[in-house]
Amino acid sequence: MARVPVADGVFTSVDDPRLIGSKCDNCGNHMFPTQGSCPKCAGTSTSDVELETRGELWTWTVQGYPPKAPPYLGDADPKTFQPFGVGYVELPGQVKVEARLTEADPEKLKIGMPMELTLVPLYTNDDGDEVVTFAFAPISENGEQS
Amino acid sequence: MSNDVAIVGIGMHKFGRTEGVSGMEQGAVAVREACKDAGVDWSDIEFAFGGSAAAGAPDTMVSQLGLTGVQFINVANGCATGGSALFSAVNTIKAGVAELGIAIGFDKHERGAFRVNTKGAGLSDWYGASGMALTTQFFGMKINRYMEEYGISHESLARVSAKAFRNGAKNPMAWRRKELSEAQVLEAAMLSYPLTQYMFCSPGEGGVAMILAPADKAHKYTDKPVFLKSAVVRSRKFGSFEVMAPHIALEHNAGPTVDASKAAFEMAGMGPDDIDIAQLQDTESGAEIMHMAENGFCEHGEQERMLAMGETEIDGRLPINTDGGCLANGEPVGASGLRQVYENVLQLRGEAGARQVPNDPKTAYTHVYGAPGISGVTILSR
Ligand SMILES: [Zn+2]
Repeated sequence: MARVPVADGVFTSVDDPRLIGSKCDNCGNHMFPTQGSCPKCAGTSTSDVELETRGELWTWTVQGYPPKAPPYLGDADPKTFQPFGVGYVELPGQVKVEARLTEADPEKLKIGMPMELTLVPLYTNDDGDEVVTFAFAPISENGEQS
Repeated sequence: MSNDVAIVGIGMHKFGRTEGVSGMEQGAVAVREACKDAGVDWSDIEFAFGGSAAAGAPDTMVSQLGLTGVQFINVANGCATGGSALFSAVNTIKAGVAELGIAIGFDKHERGAFRVNTKGAGLSDWYGASGMALTTQFFGMKINRYMEEYGISHESLARVSAKAFRNGAKNPMAWRRKELSEAQVLEAAMLSYPLTQYMFCSPGEGGVAMILAPADKAHKYTDKPVFLKSAVVRSRKFGSFEVMAPHIALEHNAGPTVDASKAAFEMAGMGPDDIDIAQLQDTESGAEIMHMAENGFCEHGEQERMLAMGETEIDGRLPINTDGGCLANGEPVGASGLRQVYENVLQLRGEAGARQVPNDPKTAYTHVYGAPGISGVTILSR
């Protein structure tokens, strides 16, 4: 069983994931996912960049009910669904990225807390591969994911 | 003055769930009611702007209303659809193209949270596949940060919901007419922290229509014309925090509501202190709180005190969402914005029955907000 990304071009690899964004060649504005033109300066030339893997939690919520499937590909069965966190992580000097969070306990989520990029499993596909998407995990003061 | 536009007839089909009646039929009911209210026939209507997100192409409703050859244009602008229809109708009259027109909104949505069309919203499949294509998450995230920044409590969120259901109970056209206590609201299932089930509106059904005419012709149709002082729609600027956004810029912009509000006040030659009653987009209770400030009715954080003092109740200093808002009426996307205007017309005419505000309102304000970051504002006066 292999781990495969939810889509190509969103993050670099399942072994050493970095989110792939765009940087405007004209004004330096960052975007995620990649796009060819810039909403800030209306420039039409951008370059792919690997985004920072650490940042601060800017805001968050907890998805408390199963999302409609499709489009959701994770567990949407009301009997087994587990709430998951969703938030925006501010990547220094770049952009705020929306992502799933590995933590879903409101007691353990705080605006401003340090976060690090990771991957979480979504579902097992017909080939028996584990499909993963990106997420951010809280990190402790010594830099470990908790 | 001679360039002003008046609302001379209003009609509505009850909001909520009406089994066996299509969204378009509900729209047709609203149109016939509006014609009756203005004392005109459908064949008198020169032009129509109609909006519906999920209940069919509005212009096809002429097969139910009568094939009169009317100039009928469909508008689709998310939650601002009603406001956009009204904007278009007002300016058609102002431009002198025609005199008697109608703005129509109706809808009928499936049960449960809105299923987002990620492709239609310009988003890739992975976004929905990963569990992020939910508008409810945006509302949870926006109010969560706002509460921390400006000291808004969970109790205030519950106060807004309890008020909505209290007002809805007085409104025969509302969907949810059962009062709920603040404790019941707080103890309900947590859908998207910090928002519980009873803090969210639900996709629903309903129809609204209103007939417009030049102000100097209004008395041909009604003894109680209501004048549109402004109708404004704005989309987002760079740096604003909006629904369904995989990223947000580091720099901050206050968002389209602030822009639409400022433009509407300027157009009307009024300020927030001149407004007697307001209907503000309350997709969830946090939205009403944030929109109070974004529309200029208070400073950020002041809502906590205003809600505790009851200032936004029907008998308060600035009654807000007097018909129960989206929370008690549900949100049929195409009809929601026009519902707010309908309510304001009733209140300005003094015909709002059990929920009539006692401050003898002369001016009224509506505001809608929706994906992908669009706001519509109207200001009415009598
Ligand atoms: Zn740029």
